[in-house]
Amino acid sequence: MRSPLHRRDAVLVIILAVMVAAVALRAPVFLSAASLDTLLTDGGILAMMALVQMLALITGGIDLSIAATMALVGMATALMSRAYPELPVVLTVASSLALGLIAGAINAVLIAGVGIPPIVVTLGTMSIYRGAVFLVSGGAWVNAHEFGRGYLEWATARSLGLTHIVWIAIAVILAGHVVLNHARTGRALYALGGNRAAARYVGIDESRVVLRVYCLTGAISGLAGYLWVARYAVAYTETALGFELQTVAACVIGGVSIAGGQGRVLGCILGAAFLVIILNSLPMIDVSPFWQMAISGAAILAAVIVNSRAEAPRGTPILPRAAAAKETA
Amino acid sequence: MKRWETVLVILLIAVCTVNSLASPYFLDVHNLFDSTQAFTEKAIVALSMTPVIIGRDIDLSVAAIIALCSTLVGWLATLGVGTAGLAAASVVAGTLAGAFNGAVITRFRIQAIVVTIGTMSLFRGISYAMLGDAAYTSYPDGFEALGQGSLWGLVPYELVVFAALAIAFTAVVHRTVIGRRLFAYGNNPDAARYSGIAVDAHRFWFFTINGAMCGLASVLLTSRIGATRPNMATSWELDVIAVVVLGGVSILGGSGTLPGVILAVFVMGMLTFGLGLMNVPGIMMSIVSGALLIIAIAVPLVLRRAVARRV
Repeated sequence: MRSPLHRRDAVLVIILAVMVAAVALRAPVFLSAASLDTLLTDGGILAMMALVQMLALITGGIDLSIAATMALVGMATALMSRAYPELPVVLTVASSLALGLIAGAINAVLIAGVGIPPIVVTLGTMSIYRGAVFLVSGGAWVNAHEFGRGYLEWATARSLGLTHIVWIAIAVILAGHVVLNHARTGRALYALGGNRAAARYVGIDESRVVLRVYCLTGAISGLAGYLWVARYAVAYTETALGFELQTVAACVIGGVSIAGGQGRVLGCILGAAFLVIILNSLPMIDVSPFWQMAISGAAILAAVIVNSRAEAPRGTPILPRAAAAKETA
Repeated sequence: MKRWETVLVILLIAVCTVNSLASPYFLDVHNLFDSTQAFTEKAIVALSMTPVIIGRDIDLSVAAIIALCSTLVGWLATLGVGTAGLAAASVVAGTLAGAFNGAVITRFRIQAIVVTIGTMSLFRGISYAMLGDAAYTSYPDGFEALGQGSLWGLVPYELVVFAALAIAFTAVVHRTVIGRRLFAYGNNPDAARYSGIAVDAHRFWFFTINGAMCGLASVLLTSRIGATRPNMATSWELDVIAVVVLGGVSILGGSGTLPGVILAVFVMGMLTFGLGLMNVPGIMMSIVSGALLIIAIAVPLVLRRAVARRV
C-alpha cells in the first residue's frame, strides 16, 4: 500500500505553504476571508477544468478546445438569459452541459471515430468554436445589466459559506476521484495512456473510452463556461482566452505526464492551487499585473524542471565496468 | 490523391478560382504581391517549425518570441540603434530564446509542449513587464523599408526573404544528411540514437534555428506594422502549426515535406486574402482555417479507410 501523499505532492504542499506564508507576511490581507473566498472561487473553476484536462492527458491526448468551448457556451447561455431573463437557472445549467456535450462530441467523433490525433482536432475546433462565439454574438458583448438576475446570482450565491461555483468544483473533483480510482473506466484511462497495445489486448474498447473522455471534457467545459460568465458578469468573444494552456500547466505542475498514463487528482488540485495563488497574490504584494505572465511562466518552467529531476528514469547500466572507469577518470 | 502536394495544388487552384470569380480585384498583380505580406512572417516561422515537428517536437512559444524580439527592437530603437543593428539584435535574441527552449527540453528531458507552454508565458511576459500597456512606435528612418519595401516596386522584400529561406530549408531537410537524420529520429528516436545519431544535438539546433526565424519574422513584422505591443502576434503559434499540419507534416513526427508546407502557406494565405476581399471579418477566418485543418486531415483518413474496406 503506497502512502496517499506522494513525495512530489508533499514538496508541492511545502512550496504552497511557503508561498502563502511569504505573501501573508507582506500583505496580511491575503489571508482575509474575502481574499480566500476569491482564491477558492477562481481556483475552483481552474481545478475542475484541470481535472477534466487531466482525463484527456492520461489517455495520452489533450483538449485544447476547452477554453473556446467555455467561451461559446458561456456566450450562448448569456444570449439566452438576455432574451429570456426569467429562464430558471436549472435550465441554464442543463443547457450549458448539453451544449458543451455537443461541442465535446464533435471532438470525440473526430478523434475516436475518424482517428485524427487529439491535438490536431482540438486545435481546429478551438479555432472554430472561438470563431463561432463571434458568429452567434455578432462580436457584441453581453454586459452585466443585460443578464437575467437568476443567471448571475445563482453561481455566486452561497450555501454553507461557499459559492455554488466552489461546490460544483468540489462535486466534479469528487466525481473525478471516484471515476479514476474506483471505477473500471478510470483504470481503462490509465491503461490506454500507459500502453495502448496492451490495453487493447486485455479487451479495453479504446474508441469507446476516448469518446467518453472528450464528451465529458466538452460537457464540463460548457458548465464552466456558464460559471465563468456568471462570475465575471460579462460574455464576449475573448472569454477565457488562453485558459486551456493554464489547465495544462496546472496538470503538469501537479505531476500529470503529457505522454499519458500518469496523473492523480490531488496533484492536479495542487497544481491548480499553485497557479491561482501566484496569480492572485501578485497584486497584493504590489507586483505590477504586467509581471504576472512572466512570473507564472517562470514558475511553470521551474516546477516542471523540478518534477523532471525527481522522476528522471535511471538508465540500466549495460556496461558497468566502463561506466565505473568513466566516473573515476 | 497519391501525393499530398497534388491535393494542395488542386486546393490552391480552387481557392484562387473562387477568389477571382468572387472579386474582380483578386487577379491583379499588385494586389497579389501585396497580399503575400499579410502572411509572409508566419510563413517564415512555418519553415523552421516544420523540422521541429518532423522531429516529434513542437514549439508553442514562437509568437511569444516574436513579441519579445519586437520589444527589444523597439527599446533599442529608442536608444538610437540603426536599422541593421535592430535586425541583427532581433535575430540574435530570437536565436537565444530558441536555444533556451532547446536546452531545457534536451537537458532535462521534458516534452517540448510542456517547456514551450512555460516559455510562451515567460517570453511574452517579459514583453508585458517591459511595456505594460504602452507601445514603441518610433524607429529609425529607413526601418520601415524592411517590411514595407519592395523590389522594383512590385515584389515585397519579405517575399524575397521567404523565397530564399524556403529554398534553403527545403535543401537542408530533403537533400542533406542532416535532413535524413531528422527523418530517422522523427520516425524512431531510439533506433536513431542506437545508430549513432546525436538526436538531442539535432533537436537543440532545430529549436535554435526556429528561434532565429522568429527573430527575423519579428523584425519584419515590426517594420511592417510600425509598432510594438506586448500582445502582438497573439495565437500565431496555432496558425503556424495549423499551416504545417495542413502541409502534410504528421503531428506525430517522422513525415512531411517542405514543398507541402510552402503550398499550404499559400493556400491559407490566398484563402484569407479572398475572404478579406469579400469583407468577411477576421475572426470568421478562424472558423475557416480550423475547419480546413480538420477536413484536410480527415478526408484522406476516411478515404483510405473506405478503400481498405473495399479491398
